[in-house]
Amino acid sequence: MKNVQKFAKHTNLIIGLLIVVGFFSVMIVSFFYTPFDVNVMNIPEKLRGPSSVYFFGTDEFGRDIFSRIMKGTQTAFAVGILTVVIGVTFGILIGAIAGYVGGWIDEICMRFMDALMAFPGIILALMLVAIFGPGIVNTAIALGIIAIPGIARITRSGFVQHRDAEYVLAAKLIGVNPFKIMFRHILPNISSQIIVAATVTFATAMLAEAALSYLGLGVQPPNPSWGRMLKDSQAYLMSAPWYIYAPGGAITLLVLGLYMLSNAFRDFMDPRSKS
Amino acid sequence: MPKKEVLLEINHLKAYFPVKRKSMKEEKKVVKAVDDISLEIYRGETLGIVGESGSGKSTFGRTILKLVEPTEGEILYKGQQIQHLKGSNLQKYRNQMQMIFQDPFASLNPRMRIGAIIEEPMALQLTLTKEQRKKRVKELLQKVGLAEDAMHKYLHEFSGGQRQRIGIARALAINPEFIIADEPVSALDVSVQSQVLNLLMDLQDEFQLTYLFISHDLSVVKHISDRVAVLYLGRIVEIGTKKELYANPLHPYTQALLSAIPVVNFDEPKQAIPLQGELPSPMNPPVGCVFHTRCPFVMGKCHQVRPTMQEMNEHQRVACFLYDK
Repeated sequence: MKNVQKFAKHTNLIIGLLIVVGFFSVMIVSFFYTPFDVNVMNIPEKLRGPSSVYFFGTDEFGRDIFSRIMKGTQTAFAVGILTVVIGVTFGILIGAIAGYVGGWIDEICMRFMDALMAFPGIILALMLVAIFGPGIVNTAIALGIIAIPGIARITRSGFVQHRDAEYVLAAKLIGVNPFKIMFRHILPNISSQIIVAATVTFATAMLAEAALSYLGLGVQPPNPSWGRMLKDSQAYLMSAPWYIYAPGGAITLLVLGLYMLSNAFRDFMDPRSKS
Repeated sequence: MPKKEVLLEINHLKAYFPVKRKSMKEEKKVVKAVDDISLEIYRGETLGIVGESGSGKSTFGRTILKLVEPTEGEILYKGQQIQHLKGSNLQKYRNQMQMIFQDPFASLNPRMRIGAIIEEPMALQLTLTKEQRKKRVKELLQKVGLAEDAMHKYLHEFSGGQRQRIGIARALAINPEFIIADEPVSALDVSVQSQVLNLLMDLQDEFQLTYLFISHDLSVVKHISDRVAVLYLGRIVEIGTKKELYANPLHPYTQALLSAIPVVNFDEPKQAIPLQGELPSPMNPPVGCVFHTRCPFVMGKCHQVRPTMQEMNEHQRVACFLYDK
């Protein structure tokens, strides 16, 4: 039984890492090379099935789906990374101040976070995109804002737990300034929880981007986005059923990989799971 | 014995904490963690503070360092009032005192190397070059009985006793005069306890340190202290020199505590004085003498009036009506 659990732990890490690193390599390659130009139409070749020339077939404009999936990793990673950067930066800042200072500052920060959390994420993103306009950066900003409360909560609970720890008292005694106590002493001690949360945020952001693009509000054509491709493929579900598999599979696989990775991180960093 | 210099004087120190109310109707309650404590600490001595858990002994130590804001009362360090100090003035005062904490697993940051932990106070409070600091870290490690190469290691490579030594080295880093040791050995194995205690005593001789030694362990306090104060529910019930207090305890609480120390002596079986009941809640301490709910010698007066400290002899003061003249 123990061996099975041990193996399960490692499979999460190995498979998760393989998937994510695989997609990441595809993204790097896509900057320099794709089998076909992703935006050049070739109407005579439209809606071809998978073949040795077009691995995943072609879309309604005769563009190579495989090339567009490759290029789509750029969108996925760009949105994911930007979202995580925004969410983690502001989440840590707000959570750290709320948790460390406490009192009414804590109340105000956390009630504001609650308010933000009370909105269904996708509706809030829709609203923000409607205000700022669609596009990769705006989508990422909207998703980043949605990610802030989750990170802030985790950070806050960590800081509340640690602010009265004896090592923090000791640091106060020798005159370490509060900013340094927060970010040099406490933060490294709760970074593992934040890393896990950030990985999940990454996956959620990617899903949300696909959803927004599916609704036509995320990444704008002709830039390839998996969500957008999913939407476009819908119209040809009967005549070209293979079209939907590529973007759908790509989204599923990458999100799965990220979730597995975050599970593996949690298992490795949580001292309680180590026996 | 020559008249000793008073290093720290504490007058009527109180530290109350408000309790969160469940509703607006409920009356405001406070926990009286430290309730009217007065004492003085002489330069070069070790004052032991004993009391059961919840008696406010740790809070008392922290209040002296202003890690806990005192609600009322005076703290005089070398004759200077310090209870109102803030910012850099407070830091100047704190630089002369340091604290050794109870749990060596919680009081040191596990994400820092040992060298960095000991060096940090120097970097902040002393004007030393990097080389001088490194040299001093090595000296301190040697002083507390650790190898020099410990400075490059992380905490998880050390045992509890070794970690406490690191904590002591950190406390000594900026040459304090006064050290508050908050249960420094209670988290350690008995075999390691005496090593750390002896280290503390050696360092006291070497650096002319003054200790406030907080513990619930009477034998440990007896080993290290010159004078002992007994705390009960945030108040001092008895204070005296170690010799007098252990030989001739006056307060019924002290008597009960001392009778509970296990002794290996079959010729003279000791009579343990059993105490009834539990420590009352500091949120709602008994009126009159705080100890009257459990005192075997309770009198009518104890229920109404709070006894004040009275001098019994040169070495001993007690707060109990049994000794009213």
